Amino acid sequence: MDGNYRPAEAGPLDAVQADITLRVDGETCELTVDTRTTLLDALRERLGNMSPKKGCDHGQCGACTVLLDGERALSCLALAVAHDGAEIITADGLATGGALHAVQQAFIDHDAFQCGYCTPGQICSAVGVLQEARRGWPSHVTADLTGDPDLTDAEVAERMSGNLCRCGAYMNIVPAVQAAGNTR
Amino acid sequence: MRPFTFARPVDTTEAVRTVAADPDAVFLAGGTNLVDHLKLGVARPGLVVDVRTLTSREVTEAADGGLRIGAAVTNSELAADRRIREHYPVLAQALLSGASGQLRNMATSGGNPLQRTRCVYFQDVTVPCNKRQPGSGCAAVGGYTRYHAVLGIPATPDASSAETCIATHPSDMAVALAALDARVQVQGPDGIREIPFADLHRLPDGDPSRDTTLAHGELITAFDLPPLPSSARSAYRKVRDRASYAFALVSVAAVLQVADGQVTDVRLVLGGVAHKPWRAARAEEELRGRPATGTSFRTAAEAELAGAYPQPGLDGGNGFKIPLAIRTIMATLRELTPEA
Repeated sequence: MDGNYRPAEAGPLDAVQADITLRVDGETCELTVDTRTTLLDALRERLGNMSPKKGCDHGQCGACTVLLDGERALSCLALAVAHDGAEIITADGLATGGALHAVQQAFIDHDAFQCGYCTPGQICSAVGVLQEARRGWPSHVTADLTGDPDLTDAEVAERMSGNLCRCGAYMNIVPAVQAAGNTR
Repeated sequence: MRPFTFARPVDTTEAVRTVAADPDAVFLAGGTNLVDHLKLGVARPGLVVDVRTLTSREVTEAADGGLRIGAAVTNSELAADRRIREHYPVLAQALLSGASGQLRNMATSGGNPLQRTRCVYFQDVTVPCNKRQPGSGCAAVGGYTRYHAVLGIPATPDASSAETCIATHPSDMAVALAALDARVQVQGPDGIREIPFADLHRLPDGDPSRDTTLAHGELITAFDLPPLPSSARSAYRKVRDRASYAFALVSVAAVLQVADGQVTDVRLVLGGVAHKPWRAARAEEELRGRPATGTSFRTAAEAELAGAYPQPGLDGGNGFKIPLAIRTIMATLRELTPEA
């Protein structure tokens, strides 16, 4: 990225289309998108996958979180055209063989949601959190950066801080994430 | 959003040539800042050139004992790198204090220091902003200044002047890289050049629209971290309005060496207080050779902040940043001082 870009004085161009392929929840999808389309809009508006939610659309709420090439990411800040060929898993595609993913089951067991709008993003983010913790990735609250972190309440809260819940279900989300971490 | 053509060059040479040839082109890496600016209308490019996968995504050991960080290494990967955690904790801590897990997985090392200010007036295309629209004035002066600068600005900035900008640089990573005396590998149409990290960002100095000294079309390909002396300790401390996922009000990156109770060397950089990572050169000078005590730390911090100008504002202004910066410098240096 160039740190010095300035707004262009030139007028509008015609819309530009691009052909891309996405692997979404295990299914190969070929589509033609306007280059301005975000991954979130491609998933929801073009592919009918309503699992990732559009909360703020500016990368501030986490409702659009998906697993992008295996890592949790914000689909609202990703251009679909920049992720041609990517493997995307949404909360809708986490269950395997009719069994809920351990994180999904833990959210139910711990009553970790109320209205549910942020929940698919919370669940994808939690899957990422557990994977990152298993690799030994530190967080801002990890006291010893050279050690391997334990998923204490403070660690889970910090690692999940990119997912806002306006119902305030955090008190149940934290133990749900810890329980899912213990079942795997 | 203005329509744009999307290009995916085969290598950095083609990418640099493509952007350099078109004043309406921008580089895209992780996209966490640029995609938002496309939506807001802050950036209106006609051509977006994807470089996310073109630079190195590895941290490699250099001949001098330091490390080279490829521009495509994500913020998460860099913060988790065992060598960074062990030898450059200031950098790991700075990265981990920024954004959220999802954003750190997307954001790249090359892009992070090039993110643009979060000044709300810069991001609002309906108000004047010399950074976004050169010559239009500065809506931040006299507005909400809680997140704005106190250093590197005039005592009473003129809102109508084309040169005024009181924005702060938002990157935590950049503050740490400045304290580590990193070097920047830059590829341009005429080849590769290396610049000290301290020379990457600039003060508003007559043209607030330019955040950096990079020319249009120049691309950061890597950062080099020189080795730190084995006795050096480093840390990053960030103060913000909520405990996580917020930009700094004030932050401090420090590298400290103490021998026999005396400060033998120190590097001190402040975030959240200026248009660029603010090297606290006066404080450093004040500290070298002095006893590593709270009194020395306070004297040095006060000397640095003597050059600060609090900005009045609708929310009570940002004068609180001066004592906050002094205390944050003191706390960081105390944390790094070995027990006597």
